[in-house]
This record gives sequence, C-alpha cells and structure tokens, in this order.
Amino acid sequence: MPSDRYAEVALEEKQRLFDEVKADPRYKTYLYGCYECGICVAACPSARFYDFSPRKIAQTLAREDVELFYEQLNDDVWNCSQCFSCNRCPRQNSPGGLITIMREVAVKNGLRTTKEALAGYTRIIYKIMTTGTQVSPDMLQEDAFPDWGPQVKAVSQNLDVWRRALPPETLHTTGLSWQVEERTMHELYAIWKMTGTLDMIGELDEGLHDIMEEIMDDALEESGLPTE
Amino acid sequence: MEPIDIPVAGTKVQTSRVFERDPETVRDEDLREAIWELGREGEWIVQPVPEPYYLAPTKFGRQKKIPLEHTWHHKSCGQCGHIPGYSTSIFWLNRLLGFDYFDPRDQTSCTAWNYYASATSNQAAQAAVAMRNFSAAYETGYYPLIHCGTSFGHYKEVRHELVHDAKLRRQVRAIIEKLGRPFVMPEEIVHYSEWMYAVRKQLSERVQFDLSKITATVHPACHYYKLQSGDAIYDPEIYGGQRTAAVTAVVQELGAQVADYSTWYDCCGFGFRHILVQRDFTRSFATLRKIEVMKQEANPDVVLTHDTGCVTSLDKSQFAAQAHGRNVGVPVMSESQFAALAVGAHPFRVCQLHWHAVDYRPLLHKMGIDVERAWAEFEADVEKIKHGEMEYLTWEHVL
Repeated sequence: MPSDRYAEVALEEKQRLFDEVKADPRYKTYLYGCYECGICVAACPSARFYDFSPRKIAQTLAREDVELFYEQLNDDVWNCSQCFSCNRCPRQNSPGGLITIMREVAVKNGLRTTKEALAGYTRIIYKIMTTGTQVSPDMLQEDAFPDWGPQVKAVSQNLDVWRRALPPETLHTTGLSWQVEERTMHELYAIWKMTGTLDMIGELDEGLHDIMEEIMDDALEESGLPTE
Repeated sequence: MEPIDIPVAGTKVQTSRVFERDPETVRDEDLREAIWELGREGEWIVQPVPEPYYLAPTKFGRQKKIPLEHTWHHKSCGQCGHIPGYSTSIFWLNRLLGFDYFDPRDQTSCTAWNYYASATSNQAAQAAVAMRNFSAAYETGYYPLIHCGTSFGHYKEVRHELVHDAKLRRQVRAIIEKLGRPFVMPEEIVHYSEWMYAVRKQLSERVQFDLSKITATVHPACHYYKLQSGDAIYDPEIYGGQRTAAVTAVVQELGAQVADYSTWYDCCGFGFRHILVQRDFTRSFATLRKIEVMKQEANPDVVLTHDTGCVTSLDKSQFAAQAHGRNVGVPVMSESQFAALAVGAHPFRVCQLHWHAVDYRPLLHKMGIDVERAWAEFEADVEKIKHGEMEYLTWEHVL
C-alpha cells in the first residue's frame, strides 16, 4: 500500500529528492538490488529498538517507490546507527551507505524533520567546524551525562589538573581533544567554505551558520587562505 | 538416458531498472596497484610504508604492510577527549620499544563522526579533510597511523571514492593545492591495532605479570572490519581466520585468555547521534546485547576493544544498568591500555584509568598490580601540579 503520511507534499518534490539521492556518485556502489533475505535486519542494532529496517530502505530505493522513500527520508533515516553491520549483505548492498546519502540530501534541503532530529546537535557541529576536533574534555559535565555515573563529576571537577597530568604535550588541553595549530584550523575553514559545507549548515540552522561564517571569514582574511 | 526438457523459462524482468555492478569497483577490492598506478600517472604522490614493516595477513589473503616506526599518530577525538589513556598508552608502548614516532598538532579530526551523526558535510569535504591530514603527515616524513576505528574505515571509503572518481579526485586535489600542500595518498591505511598486532611478540617478551587467570572478551569495532573490509587483519590462527585477529591475537600473545560470546558481531550501540541525544538506545544495546551476554556466557575480567566509540558505549552504559540490578560491571578498555599494563605501565600516569566509569580495581588486583600504591603516586603528582611544583606530567616521569 503506498504511503500517505506526507500526502500534502507534491509527488514532484518527492521525486526531486529521490533523484538527488540517486544522482550521488556513491549510489551505484551502495545498491545492487535486494534479495529480501533479511540478513541486514538481523545484524542491525536499530532494528531491535525502533520500527526500522535497512531491508525496507534498500527495497524502497530498488523499487523506486518515491512515496515510501520520502516517508523514510523523514521518519527513518535518523534511527540508523551508522555501524554498517548491514554491509554483510550477500548482494553487497550497503543500506547504511544509502542512508548516509539520504541524510546528506535531507540536510541540504533543510527538511523540517531533519532540523528536529539535529536540534541537539548544534554544539557538536560548531565544535568540529570551528576547532577541528569534535570531542573536548570540557564537554564532560555531570548535568549533560547524569546516567554515566559519578566518574563524570570527578572528571569535570579535576579537569584542568588531570589534563596536565598527561604525558603527551598535545593533550594538555580542555577545550580541544588535542592542541591543533591555528593554521590547521584555518585550512579546515577553507575546506568547509570551498566545498559548500558551510552553506549546508545554513539550511539546518541559520543562526549557527552566521556565527560560523563570521568566525571563518575573519580568520581566513587574516590567513590569506582561499575561500573559493 | 534422454535429456529431460525442463519447462522453466525463468521469471521475466518486469522493470527497466538496471543495477550495474562493476567487479572492478566492488567495495572490498584491493586498491594497492590502482594507487601506485595513479601515482605513476602523476595524479598524486604515493607515500610508501617506511621500513622496517611487518607483513600481516588480511581477509582475502594479501599481505598488508604495517609500519613499525616513523609513524605519524592520527589521534582520535574521543580517545584524546575523554579516554586519554588510550592514546597515551599507544605512545608509551612506542617509547618502550624504542620506536621513533611523531605526535602532530597539524591534524584535525577526520570529521566522520560528525558526518555519520549529522550528515552536515559532503563527499568532497570529507575527502579534502582526509587528504589534508595525509599531506600534513607526508610533509613531516612520518607515516600516518590511525588511532580511531571510524577514521580508519572512513578514510578507506574516501580512498575508494578518490581512486574511482576522477572528477572528485581533481576537485579535491585543486582544494589541497590551493592550501599550498602536496596531494598525497598513503600506500596503506593502517590502524593502530594492526600495529599492536605487528609488535605483539615484542610485547609478550616484556610481560611482567602472570595473565593466565585473566579472561578477556573482545569487541571487534564495526568500522574497523565492516567498512572496506578487505584489508582488515585476519590471521588463520585466530578463529580460523573467520574473524578479525586484531585485539584477540595481541591479548592471547600476552598470555591472557580470550573467551567467546555469541553476540560478538553486534555493534556496541554507539550510534553516533544516539550516544549524545538518544542514549537510552545506546545504553540498552550496550548492556543487553553486549555486556550482559558476555557476563552470562564468558564472565570476563575485562572487555577489550580497539575504537573510541566502543570503549565509551560499553564503559559508560553500565552505571545506569547497574543501578537497575542488571548483570553488568566489567571494566572496558583498549588493548593498548591492557598491553601497557601487562608490560609495566603505570595504571594512572600512563593508562589513565581514572577516566573510566566501571571499577577497574578488581582487574588490576587480579593482574598483580598494587592499585592503592599507584593511585597514591598519581595523587602526589596531581598535588605537585596543583601547587605549582610541576607544570605537567612528562614522559620522563613515566618511563
């Protein structure tokens, strides 16, 4: 039965997004059809906890069912764990790879469901795109990780001194995973600008985009690195 | 006997869609010759694996070159951010063996976590970040050794795309050249656990404790062997070559027991976005599908793995499950930390176990390590740092 969950969205729009996914250069190496054997589902962690099936994703794309594709683009893809356990497919499909492309298209097109799914993510995006490392010790705060136990509190209370009690010089940091040279960060900014990655953020979170653009433009102007 | 005419015509194709499959571009192909060929054609510089190297068997039998020294350590955001003893142990083992290595500041995260979790990147950006890091390594003369399982798997995805997609390759090369850097592809992409595999015998000669009563379970990291799986290490002597030998071979060589469990193939539950914003999923999967199964089937003293996300998921998820009286409570660490402990590293100055959530002290006691004395020594270091008597703990303090 065709999906009617997003009946208000025109078929042409669904087709446009499907075509965008299909046009990705990686698509042909991720989809070779589907035996419907279910091995990918058996291996999938998300299939155990959500109404989620990598087999259905592969099937939908193989059948080119754009209605169901659009539903999955909105309601399913963010449940994937991106572990690629589904790569054990005997047909050599990669449902996880297909989902990676679908997520990227969903971000580029600023889907409402994508904005909702990534609402808690702006801090991580900001961190990686501005510093070049995406996990920093000072993120370990007990209010953010109450279910990780009292050790998180011990880390946050002793953070500065425990970081200095590490032998590698590159790790004497609290705001970065390791010390990154300024020039290195600036080169990363140039990459984000030249590849259109910063523009993608504009679809997701305009405020975040503007903050990052200002930081990057100022730094790049000083560095003399190219932006296009 | 007369041939039988079997009346089977087969199923007629009901669609005009074609699924093209080019055997030359399947995901697990051996890319070595293509990489060198592109180097000869001037598409990129190929950085050869430095000598001396170790030849390790891979999934489909080819021998992979694993550099022993002159390695450029591509650090991991998670390891260095909240499991710092992971990377510190790798560096310490290099120093113990007298190997020359380089710990760079001219390195970014691979950004694959960001990509897998939020997709706020694209193919060209991912490839450009990888190639910028590779060029940074090349310019130092050291060879990249990738600490993170996800970076390792993702860089191999990128390598596959760059080999097969000339348009992408040219686009990324133009970006790297605009940055004023050489466009370089390493001959092999090597994970630190492959280096551990390569030096396992040298380490076993230095073991300081009887580990024969220690039982470990191994969680092989998904992105180490499920992404671009063809050049992951598979040793015929380990599980008959049917599972990756990374981690397991090292632990056995050190003299500890490795116990099997039925959910070895399962993911740890990290999930990228889930560990941060849907942690109930991560916690449930890590404890119900992994730790509890290990406890029930193998009752290990320690869980060993070779990726940041796996240590995080399996270690941090146990506190809440323990509060519910679940059958959990096993320390989790990398094999680099375990091996370092086995050959005499300080559990806190080097292995930094105080950053881990599950109680590791029973394991250390069983190994024969004086935990209380070691903690007192570390606390004395911390007091010196607090009072300005010592700015940092340095390598001189720990070797």
